[in-house]
Amino acid sequence: MPELKINGEVHAVDVDADTPLLWILRDELGLTGTKYGCGIAQCGACTVHLDGQAIRSCSMPAQALENRDILTIEGLDSRVARAVQEAWIRLDVVQCGYCQSGQIMSAVALLESNPAPSDDEIDSAMSGNICRCATYQRIRAAIHAAADTLAA
Amino acid sequence: MSTLSKLSRRRFLELTGVSATGLLLGAAVSPASRAMDVLATATGERLNLFVSLRADGAVEIVAHRSEMGTGIRTSLPQVVADEMEADWSRVRVIQALGDAAYGSQNTDGSRSVRNFYATMRQMGAAARRMLEQAAADTWRAPLAECRARNHEVHHADGRRLGFGELAARAAALPLPGLDDLPLKGREDFRYIGRNVPIVDLHDMTTGNTTYGIDVALPDMVYASIERTPHLGGRIAAYDAAAARKVAGVLDVVELQGPEGPPAFNNVEGLAVIASNTWSAIKGREALAVQWRPSPHSDHDSAAYLDALQARVSGGPGRVARERGDVERALGDADQVLEASYRTPYLAHAPMEPPATLARVDGGRCEVWACTQNPQATQAAVASALGVDKAAVTVHVTLLGGGFGRKSKPDFSVEAARLAAHVGRPVQLTWTREDDVRHDYYHACSAMYFRGALDGDGRATAWLARQATPAIGATFDPAVTRLEDGWLSQTFGSVPFATPNLRIESHEAPAHVRIGWLRSVYNIPFAFGVCSFVDELAHAAGRDPAQYWQEMIGDDRHLDFAPEGFEFSNYGRAIAEYPYDTGRMKAVLRQLVANIPWGETLPEGQGWGLAVTRSFLSYVAVASKVRVDGDTLVVEELHGVIDAGTVVNPDRVHAQLEGGMVFGLSLALNGEITFADGAARQSNFHDYPVARLNQVPRVIRTHIVDSEALPAGVGEPGVPPTAPSIANAVFAATGQRIRELPLARHFDV
Ligand code: FES
Ligand code: FES
Repeated sequence: MPELKINGEVHAVDVDADTPLLWILRDELGLTGTKYGCGIAQCGACTVHLDGQAIRSCSMPAQALENRDILTIEGLDSRVARAVQEAWIRLDVVQCGYCQSGQIMSAVALLESNPAPSDDEIDSAMSGNICRCATYQRIRAAIHAAADTLAA
Repeated sequence: MSTLSKLSRRRFLELTGVSATGLLLGAAVSPASRAMDVLATATGERLNLFVSLRADGAVEIVAHRSEMGTGIRTSLPQVVADEMEADWSRVRVIQALGDAAYGSQNTDGSRSVRNFYATMRQMGAAARRMLEQAAADTWRAPLAECRARNHEVHHADGRRLGFGELAARAAALPLPGLDDLPLKGREDFRYIGRNVPIVDLHDMTTGNTTYGIDVALPDMVYASIERTPHLGGRIAAYDAAAARKVAGVLDVVELQGPEGPPAFNNVEGLAVIASNTWSAIKGREALAVQWRPSPHSDHDSAAYLDALQARVSGGPGRVARERGDVERALGDADQVLEASYRTPYLAHAPMEPPATLARVDGGRCEVWACTQNPQATQAAVASALGVDKAAVTVHVTLLGGGFGRKSKPDFSVEAARLAAHVGRPVQLTWTREDDVRHDYYHACSAMYFRGALDGDGRATAWLARQATPAIGATFDPAVTRLEDGWLSQTFGSVPFATPNLRIESHEAPAHVRIGWLRSVYNIPFAFGVCSFVDELAHAAGRDPAQYWQEMIGDDRHLDFAPEGFEFSNYGRAIAEYPYDTGRMKAVLRQLVANIPWGETLPEGQGWGLAVTRSFLSYVAVASKVRVDGDTLVVEELHGVIDAGTVVNPDRVHAQLEGGMVFGLSLALNGEITFADGAARQSNFHDYPVARLNQVPRVIRTHIVDSEALPAGVGEPGVPPTAPSIANAVFAATGQRIRELPLARHFDV
């Protein structure tokens, strides 16, 4: 039975070793803030942090996760995360909202490694996250806004 | 015309699942004509919408439309609160259950605000008037001295009473007649026309939301379904034992498809029931299903489009609209242009795939679904289970996008049938592969145009033919030609002043489930029409922006009847919402003023524009592109919308931004193809949608200030975008794009 450390808590989950983290979060632990969009690492809806890196939980099997730190949207609580979420709210980024957990997880990971990304850097870090409602230009603007807040 | 009525607490509970006290108001109005509503959901002609006020001053406003990203769960309650003089911070929005008492809840056709704006205002105004009357009674003062303001009623002498304190007294009053309901003036609006953040904003940025895919019940099981790859296919053989061997798999269930047309039924499939989603998906892969062929199992989209193309360029079709003598004008012309256009099938691919939880218990069924149309869900589930509609309760969750896909309740039918079979709640999530392979596809289309120009380059004739499979065929296989209602979308209703004009339709029998996708037939038709106008402009040696103005001609209200065309006008009377060429020309002028139109650009760069009227709104879009060898980059997108009165400008900007990028996405990438009756694409790697790196760095939107009746907002940004990009490509390179997507011609 794999033991997973999620948002600071250890959970023993009774699943097959090949079960993707996404379905463990959603079906076994009820952490539904992380979304399914494609299942093949193409859309970013399922983005979480693994040891601080943004990864696609749909393509990360349980067996690869023991003794690693997993952070989901529900556990976000850093200074960078707060700046990102505040910017998202200030700029009214969301439309249907479905992709936004993944967008925010990717944006936080980006700003944690690069506090002042250029448009090109934002595009390359965020192009794995699809938003079918096309909130893209506000996502770009909100990442810059969060970076400004963090620099202030 | 509306009448207001007070509601019993019990009825409120039935309609919302929420118990209420205090003042409860409802309105009954005749819904607008539903000529465009092919769903033909048999709803009663009554509609109830509610506001409740509790003794502690809390106001609850019912949202009866589905939230899929437009902000409608905020915009309509915002209208009620404004007229009521309620303090928005004390308003809670409650999502309505699916119930015919609301009239149509089908959240599509960009009609939530336009169909309910007036009713919502009346409801708010009635509540305000009753609260003012209650205060007047309390103070024994004349009504005229009592004015509601921000959750209180103020007396001229400075006394005030809070709304909560007045709730009980107001509830006992008779309803005011509609005739003496004073509505607020525009200058007094508190929320209408203001940027009120959507009520779900905070939850959506913290992952604290419930979509169809998120609903859970104790004891529930998970389902995944393998469906026939071609329309009408039947199960021939499969390996249930292999599926059952997969850990976690509990059951394998056959789901028979319909005998007749697809309509809202489930398609034939085999469901694997398991203790979690992953096991269900793995179990499915072990099934090795074989399918029996059907009359559609040799459908090949490339050959089909070639056949449609041959038909439209080969000769006349059925005439839908005609004026003057097109043949003669073509014969007399100085220049005749002809061109064929085609567009592919498209899939909706909302970010959240179809997903439902269903529970069937003692003849009753409860469904939690990301549905745009809870009443169609209720009706379809009831009919599949053979129970009365009243035995089916439909809870509307948030929708992770809809775009028309989620007006079809087939996925809830599947879950309900499975729940009835296994006797436990069933959570059904479509995989992305299911979504792309089993969509109600947006129709492909073949178009043919011929235009006549005189010696001065003026257009003297417009001949247009199309062959496009009909949505109607999904419900009735006898429908083999696009109905005039749908032809009304751009193609049949072109506003051109050319003295001679003819619009024709050819047959195009459907071989896949055809559905409506954000802006529907405007997608192919705007591409063809707005590109061909650009072709005429260039052939005439004229500036396209000016040429458009001339093609449209004088400011006037169009009348299609003398030309034999039954213009659907998106279900609204033409007298109420005229086709106003003045407004159309104005958005185009505004657009040109907003950009450096006419600037000299380096080789390989260009501007293009297009304008359409759809869902009663006028939208003009300009694109700036750069073509570098084989690579095409859209650098800027500019849009101008005249949607009449606007409730929440920020959400209108957001819809125009999103609509234009949705249009860009389908123009650049969108294509579903079929071979052997089956869709060849399956997920975002082979059905790409716009990502951040394809999105222009410059996107600007402009809302025309207007007091006209509210018009559609969710869809109208889509149609002009693709032709504006194709026209920009022509300006940049001289290459005319007559077939979408652009990925067929460039690296995008
Ligand atoms: S669901 Fe994981 S990337 Fe799409
Ligand atoms: S907000 Fe709807 S998919 Fe991004």
